[in-house]
Amino acid sequence: MKIHEYQAKQLFAKYGVSVPKGYPAYTIEEAVAGAEKLMAETGSEIVVVKAQIHAGGRGKGGGVKVCKGMAEVRAKAEQILGMQLVTHQTGPEGQLVRRLYIEAGSAIERELYLSAVVDRESRRIAFMASTEGGMDIEKVAEETPEKIIRLQVDPAIGLAAYQAREFAYALNIQQHGKGAVAQFLKLMASLYEFFVKEDCSLCEINPLVVTKSGEIIALDGKVDFDDNAEFRHPEWAQLRDTAEEDAIELEAKAIGLNYVSLDGNVGCLVNGAGLAMATMDIIKHFGGEKGVAPANFLDVGGGANQKQVTEAFKIILKSSKVKAIFVNIFGGIMKCDVIANGVVAAARELGLTVPLVVRLEGTNVDLGRKILGESGLAITPATTMADGAQKIVAAVVGN
Amino acid sequence: MSILVGKETRLIVQGITGSAGSFHAKQMIEYGTQVVGGVTPGRGGEMFEGKAPVFDTVAKAVRETGANATVIFVPPPGAADSILEAFDAGIELVVCITEGIPVADMLRVRRVLDGLKGQRLIGPNCPGIITPGACKIGIMPGHIHKVGRIGVVSKSGTLTYEAVGQLSAIGVGQSTCIGIGGDPVAGMDFIDVLQLFENDPDTDGIILIGEIGGSAEVKAAEYIKKYVKKPVAGFIAGTTAPPGKRMGHAGAIISGGKGTAAEKIAALEEAGVRVAPTPSDMAATLMSMLR
Repeated sequence: MKIHEYQAKQLFAKYGVSVPKGYPAYTIEEAVAGAEKLMAETGSEIVVVKAQIHAGGRGKGGGVKVCKGMAEVRAKAEQILGMQLVTHQTGPEGQLVRRLYIEAGSAIERELYLSAVVDRESRRIAFMASTEGGMDIEKVAEETPEKIIRLQVDPAIGLAAYQAREFAYALNIQQHGKGAVAQFLKLMASLYEFFVKEDCSLCEINPLVVTKSGEIIALDGKVDFDDNAEFRHPEWAQLRDTAEEDAIELEAKAIGLNYVSLDGNVGCLVNGAGLAMATMDIIKHFGGEKGVAPANFLDVGGGANQKQVTEAFKIILKSSKVKAIFVNIFGGIMKCDVIANGVVAAARELGLTVPLVVRLEGTNVDLGRKILGESGLAITPATTMADGAQKIVAAVVGN
Repeated sequence: MSILVGKETRLIVQGITGSAGSFHAKQMIEYGTQVVGGVTPGRGGEMFEGKAPVFDTVAKAVRETGANATVIFVPPPGAADSILEAFDAGIELVVCITEGIPVADMLRVRRVLDGLKGQRLIGPNCPGIITPGACKIGIMPGHIHKVGRIGVVSKSGTLTYEAVGQLSAIGVGQSTCIGIGGDPVAGMDFIDVLQLFENDPDTDGIILIGEIGGSAEVKAAEYIKKYVKKPVAGFIAGTTAPPGKRMGHAGAIISGGKGTAAEKIAALEEAGVRVAPTPSDMAATLMSMLR
């Protein structure tokens, strides 16, 4: 689960990571009020207007503007709020900006990079830092890997002071005075505490800046939470911005289905994540050159009931791109007859008009096939995944 | 005749009185697995289905039953704790079926596991392990399996069933099938299982099923190239998955251009693994190497 920059910064502040003063705004009036308050508090006319969307690369896309004076704040806020912000992470259609963050300007001496992530290779929380702050870190990693330093935290010990110290000196923090190193060590400790307690899977500060007055502050904040830990974070419900998420994916999640929208024309209904991915692959394998591709990833899970199958069909059909549906079930705990009944009920209830290919295998397969065969519906049965994929490709191309 | 589990395996079920735990405990008993007991705190002293005594703690269950394996159906908030409890009780093989354990909890579990000798963890978020005809630990449908000499190791549950179904359909049985799960931080990895299959005199060939995300398959390929003489057929799910989108499993995500199917397939092929062109050809691909 992703949160906005301003939410990340509010959490940072709670844990003792310094951030610039700022106020979120949903309207131009709130933006102006926020800027007035900031100017009064800081005594400076410099204010930054920042688009709040979950994707990165906002600055390059024109979603972050440094303003001097109220008139410019209003102008830039009007320009950014409601814009369709396109960044390298949003796709060409961009993302609608619904929230702004009005932040005090900072006098920047030096820009650094600092992040923490769950590193599956070392099975540890890993920190990464670089003197190349403000840059695209993937590019830095590729072109000048020696400019990135790393450390891994033993979960039994936590972040050791010497590890943070190694980072501080590698980043040459001491050049900003003795107090700077102490500040940096405290920041590292705070960030680790934040990462663990808030169940993050990623936390990135790019840039982390040293100001002209020698303060070390997080100028940006990108935080991802581990979805699996949601049960112990009821407060996440307040932080979630559903407007930033795919509406169909959210709806599917609410009824216990795992759904991801894709660009193709074949709706897929499968049990199990691996089999669902493999089903997408085999459709592309047989249909890729004929313009046939999966329209979605959909895992109905191991214990889906008739109602969930019907709901799954409804969700698949929400996409106007869907020209045919491929049901691929390997019944284990989930019995094929239950799926067959669900498919028949859904096809009847929804008055299905697109071709439907159903491949059933596993527990109670004969009973399941019998139910489909006797339904009187135009369902094309398939024996294997390859058979099903070839039939679904034929169905789409034939249309 | 198999790896890790067989007729002699003495299993307890953690979470045996819960809905998933009780359902699958019955299925495992029916299959012939020696289920010698179960654990649910607060329910000690009861009998499960008149067959298996229930204990309050794993330590007590082990003392009283001599269990050497456990399967965990405890929901996510208590699952990592249940794994640690099983480790502490000295159980050799811990199989965790639970899906949705926070990764922070698994980091701690993994830290403990790395310090243990002779104890293993399979999963979490996996279907379990089965030696056909002898011992089923987990949620896989027992009836699709057949006694035989092919080992199967996979990150995906239903894709394992798919491979097993293909093998059984052409009359080829399995020595042992293991689902290692698709979480980013877990217990046994491909290499741990490949090593056991390679050393098992009753396994003739191996099917390895991976997916996008992480680098476990690439590391497995390096290991195969160096140490595995037996034929290995593979399949990697997610050739068509877009980057940045999580495909069901917490670990199945392409990030920063790393962990793509193409990269994994290339590494496996370079190591002499024959990669099935479609998921429908997993058994046929392996058989083409055995003939």
